[in-house]
Amino acid sequence: MMINPFQQFCDVQNRRQFIKNASIGLGAAVVSSMTGPLSAAPPRGLHHAPKAKRVIFLFMAGAPSQLDLFDYKPDLEKLHGQPLPKEISRGQRVTTMTRGKEQVICASIFKFYRKGKNGIYWSELLPHISSMADDICLIKSTHTEAINHDPAKTFFCTGAEIPGKASMGAWLSYGLGTMNRDLPEFIVLTSAFWSGKVNVQALYSRLWGSGFLPSQHQGVAFQSVGDPVPFLSNPAGVNRKARHQMLDFVAKINQEQQVLTGDPEIQTSIAQQEMAFRMQMSVPELTDLSTEPQAIMDMYGPEVHKTGSFARNCLLARRMAERDVRFIQLFHRGWDHHTALPKHLRGQARDVDQPIAALLKDLKQRGLLNETLVVFAGEFGRTTYAQGSRDRENYGRDHHPRCFTTWMAGGGIKGGISYGETDDFCYNIAKDPVHIRDFHATMLHQLGIDHNRLAFPYQGLDQRLTGVEESRVIKEILS
Amino acid sequence: MIRLILFIALLASAGVAGGERIEFHRDIRPILADRCFRCHGPNEKDRKSHLRLDQAEGEEGAYRTHKGTTALKPRNLEDSELWYRITTENQDDAMPPAESHKKALSGAEKQRFKQWILEGAQYQDFWAFIPPQPSPPPQVKDASWREGIIDPRVMAHLEKKGLTPKGEADKRTLIRRLTFDLTGLPPSLKEIEAFLEDSSAGATVALVDRLLGKQSYGEHMARYWADLVRFADTNGMHKDFPRDFSTYRSWLIRAFNDNLRFDEFVKYQVAGDLYPEASRDQMIASGFNRLHLIIDRGTALPEESHHKNVLDRVAAFGTTFLGLTLQCAQCHDHKYDPISQKEYYQLYAFFNNFDGEPETGKVDKGWRQAPFIMLTTPEQDETLAALRADEDAASAEVKKMRAAEKQAQTWPKLEKASVPWIWNDKDLNSKTVEFSKTLTLKQKPEWALVRYASMGEVEVTVNGKTLGRAFAWDRGLKVELSALLKPGDNQIHARAKGARGFAFELQYKVAGQEFTLASGPAWQARGDKSDKGEPWQPALEVHNAKHKEGWSERTKSPKIMDLEAQLAQAKKSRDNLLAKIPAAMVMRDRAKPKRTHVLIRGAYDAPGEQVQRNTPAFLPALKKKEGFYTRMDLAEWLVAEDHPLTARVAVNRFWQQFFGVGLVKTSEDFGAQGEWPSHPELLDALSFGFMESGWNVKKLVRTIVLSKTYRQISDGTPEEFLRDPENRDLARGSRYRMDAEMIRDQILFLSGRLNTTMYGKSVKPPQPPGLWKAVSMAAPLTYVPDTGDKIYRRSFYTYWRRGMPPPQMTIMNAPSREFCLARRERTNTPLQALLLMNEPEFFKAAKACAENTLKEAQGDPSRGLSLLYEKVTSHRPDQERLRLLEDTLEGFRELYRNDRALTESLVPELKKADLEPGANLAAWTMVTHGLFNLELAKVKR
Repeated sequence: MMINPFQQFCDVQNRRQFIKNASIGLGAAVVSSMTGPLSAAPPRGLHHAPKAKRVIFLFMAGAPSQLDLFDYKPDLEKLHGQPLPKEISRGQRVTTMTRGKEQVICASIFKFYRKGKNGIYWSELLPHISSMADDICLIKSTHTEAINHDPAKTFFCTGAEIPGKASMGAWLSYGLGTMNRDLPEFIVLTSAFWSGKVNVQALYSRLWGSGFLPSQHQGVAFQSVGDPVPFLSNPAGVNRKARHQMLDFVAKINQEQQVLTGDPEIQTSIAQQEMAFRMQMSVPELTDLSTEPQAIMDMYGPEVHKTGSFARNCLLARRMAERDVRFIQLFHRGWDHHTALPKHLRGQARDVDQPIAALLKDLKQRGLLNETLVVFAGEFGRTTYAQGSRDRENYGRDHHPRCFTTWMAGGGIKGGISYGETDDFCYNIAKDPVHIRDFHATMLHQLGIDHNRLAFPYQGLDQRLTGVEESRVIKEILS
Repeated sequence: MIRLILFIALLASAGVAGGERIEFHRDIRPILADRCFRCHGPNEKDRKSHLRLDQAEGEEGAYRTHKGTTALKPRNLEDSELWYRITTENQDDAMPPAESHKKALSGAEKQRFKQWILEGAQYQDFWAFIPPQPSPPPQVKDASWREGIIDPRVMAHLEKKGLTPKGEADKRTLIRRLTFDLTGLPPSLKEIEAFLEDSSAGATVALVDRLLGKQSYGEHMARYWADLVRFADTNGMHKDFPRDFSTYRSWLIRAFNDNLRFDEFVKYQVAGDLYPEASRDQMIASGFNRLHLIIDRGTALPEESHHKNVLDRVAAFGTTFLGLTLQCAQCHDHKYDPISQKEYYQLYAFFNNFDGEPETGKVDKGWRQAPFIMLTTPEQDETLAALRADEDAASAEVKKMRAAEKQAQTWPKLEKASVPWIWNDKDLNSKTVEFSKTLTLKQKPEWALVRYASMGEVEVTVNGKTLGRAFAWDRGLKVELSALLKPGDNQIHARAKGARGFAFELQYKVAGQEFTLASGPAWQARGDKSDKGEPWQPALEVHNAKHKEGWSERTKSPKIMDLEAQLAQAKKSRDNLLAKIPAAMVMRDRAKPKRTHVLIRGAYDAPGEQVQRNTPAFLPALKKKEGFYTRMDLAEWLVAEDHPLTARVAVNRFWQQFFGVGLVKTSEDFGAQGEWPSHPELLDALSFGFMESGWNVKKLVRTIVLSKTYRQISDGTPEEFLRDPENRDLARGSRYRMDAEMIRDQILFLSGRLNTTMYGKSVKPPQPPGLWKAVSMAAPLTYVPDTGDKIYRRSFYTYWRRGMPPPQMTIMNAPSREFCLARRERTNTPLQALLLMNEPEFFKAAKACAENTLKEAQGDPSRGLSLLYEKVTSHRPDQERLRLLEDTLEGFRELYRNDRALTESLVPELKKADLEPGANLAAWTMVTHGLFNLELAKVKR
């Protein structure tokens, strides 16, 4: 039940020993930044050998349309404008926005092409990502219960609709501990702008919160304005030298106090101040793209030059992966296309297509893709029936939790395949359903964790990311 | 984490050594609850093999014989199937089974079972569900620990464990500890001096009484309650709109300062609205039932939202007052506690009758959601009544005119004619288009009736006078406008927004003849492509516009419209006034109780059996009465003297406030999965005494902080900290990092800028830019910090957006207030170090504190440094430390002296002056800043 406390105990003990050896005050080792992984030793899983060391989670907030991006349904062309058969819709719950309205089938206007050696269909909107088709496993049968954004996002990110649970990255940080001396284990990057400027859904810090887990496991949301990490920069009038002198002074008194009072927590504080001091170097180094060659910048597309762009965040994600950040989560908003879907979806696809493909290629060429699990998902899918107009250029789609497409790449996932099938209407799942719980279980599995055993006691329950319902690892998609 | 393992290790080793008898609740039940109850517990549905191990008796109880086997046979290991199952090597029979992912019992645990069975396998009623029992104080050897409720019971525990307590902390430490614990603020130097000078025996008692009388006491106590009930300034869901709950905060502060009896405090919150002639305070407090998250109207299903709100209310009720995880029974019977799903919905029924919207729709200008009450002064009441009377009069006038108009109405019914849509281009490309047409009349018409509409929004003026705004066809306007028309040229002008076309039809009668003027190519139009407007061009017909039928029949005459405008204006001024008056969102029940059903698997749309309001059977019964039970009955039940939980849960949380950990560590869970109390007799004695005192909170707090237990030295040896990291044995004073609010308030206090204004709306101190913008969906999109001395208010008044709470607070473990939280954790992270190092306001505060101290030092640096150190830590530096301070100051002087640019950026106001004063102030600032970052400053000890 308790996770590797022993390991953490040892880490802290070692660090204490280390500090003792480094004499009173801020040791020399602190001043020279120790960027990068803790050791070159092979990664250790919690319950079994891991396939992936880290995750890059590309969260498409607002829910992109699977019908227009991934789940090719050519036969709907003929049925366009016809009512969705009752035996398909089965009177299932819909949102207030389309409740009581006629459900009229709306085919995608986008073309699909076969991509990769297995000839998987991909939408014309994602030419770059689909050029990496052989590395990607599409999961077309993902499903959830939540039908509105807030609960659905909360579910995907924390395993429950009701706020208060720990987020995915927090679980990994808690379960696996740190790989890194200079950076947080869990970093969140939110896009500062996006193309689909309708119905932009909110985010909440709970999506990367630690819930009931100790809060050091919560995600650190990097900001695109000001300091990337809150309160990273010294105030005006304090430079690195002054900061060092000040911390030295603080450490001296704290050390003395520890001797006087016996309080062991003081050592932790000193260690955290040292880490903070190192982060003041390591974070700017991380976010400084001036060392990236032109060819790499070009790969991510022109928007990479804009602060806060999704493209730039993809490049930052790669840099974080290189520096062994455990869980890197990108949020890109603007996918909630109730109206004028074709127009907005084109823009959104343009926002992410080239950067994501570049991220995959870049990881691959550095030999990082096989140990990095890259995930693409929204909180649910969109309806096969039109919302509002079903005009070919103006149709919209409502929320649809019963089936949607997500994908995984790298990190021991079989590439070039498509898993799960929806019915001919893309309304219900026809084969191999994957609940978000299964999705979570699979992610954890790849990192060496048994989802049933990663638990934390809280409010009288062994809390798990996958909750109390049954869930399974999707073994079929593992390489 | 280290603390946890050590603690676990300790528990395991402590166990039942030394021939002590096994206590079912302490030694056996936690193991059963963890490993067995899932399949052999209170939950009937998941129960396997007709066996429940949570009780001994009964058809499926542990002593039962089923198909020839008996689970537990007292004093007989051989015949106890349980013993076989937990010890067998046979994988098919072993319990807990592998697929449960539960750990097998350890050797020590098996030993416990063995001893328990041999001793008679006795069950006990669960401790927390039996009313607290008073017990005589135990005999202890140390005579100085025999006084009061607390000390003998703590001492008995220590003596039993062979531990000795620490002596009393020195007076400086004591006044610092007490002042922080009772007011959330540090003591001033004057207060320290006064306390040191008071050498009387009653000095500490006098100090405590003085602190209990401070206004800041109420603010500090209320802050803990705010976490518990998830008090915040926004709705917490979807668009996370603001809502103003600040009057509830004010009430909390007053309630603690006035020492409102805690049973009343509970009743006000659960059912304040149900008192006959409820007072304002009772009404405000009932807002407890409205503090849940709420979604805004639009996408969710209202019936599901209603259900979620009730769930949230019940969870809050459970955590806050009962210390139970009631919500675990919403889908199925509770797995660990004896709460059936049906009983859950019986409790749910008390909260299922809210008379208001389940989603946020309309809010008033002050962001209050109905039902709410206005907290007006008598003068405001008068002003409002007068405004209201004016409004009513105007409204009556409109009504009269309408009736008259209707009677005199001889207007012809407009035909459902096809009126052309027009725009400045056929493809509706412009967003805003103006239209113009001149109507030439020979004489004033007898009547003139116009109707117009736009799929977007359109406003039409005739001769400069507006006819009003119209929208789509069914929200179009029909206006009688003969009064506005004159012989000669009449200018008709329209401004349409929304790129959706415009349609207009005017019929009028002149000299007995009827005419029609409709929108069409004869109109002039121009788009919005340039600021000054494009040139006028003939309007173009839009052919694919739809929905031309179903004209609105609303008729307006300019006269009525004038009156209506006046009315709207009057209403607006009243609304503006109302928005400035504090209000309180309150609880209100529907007259006829809504039916409640068990919801199958907790799904809002799967009603099962209908249930009546009631309380769970394992707790005392409600008083018998005619008719249905109300929330007031529930509230009275909570504070009845035989209730086992309410007082215990409250006392435990107050205890936690002063020692960092409750006597029951899991202060949110007193159920089977919660932790056994470290000092059960002490908790009972305090709870019993609390009720007997008339639920007197100040008296309880006084008892706690005046105990020898509380007043102990908090220092220890490394071994002592290692042995008992959380100080559960109470063999020393408690020490732990203070809460975010206390740390920030202390910094403001030290800067001399703390604004002690009480009550009122939340304030927004500066925070890093972009945090709101990165997550927002609707206005307010960005955080606009307040200015002036508002930003120096105590942190309890800081604006709390649930979706993005203030980072200065959350980085230091403050919760998001999205759910009820009975205890904050305390972590130690690099982000916390960064916060204290770099928060700009904290740094400014250090500078202000340095400046003040420099003045007070009167040119004597040693005196100044000593003063500074004393301000921050409440202690004077010894010689060695003073020397360190002096050396540090000199080191910083050196640094700034040699770096003019750096000095100037720290002390821009001294830019033109000689470098030395700037370097000096910069150095003092850095020393102060360093002191703010010390453990000594942020740890309660």
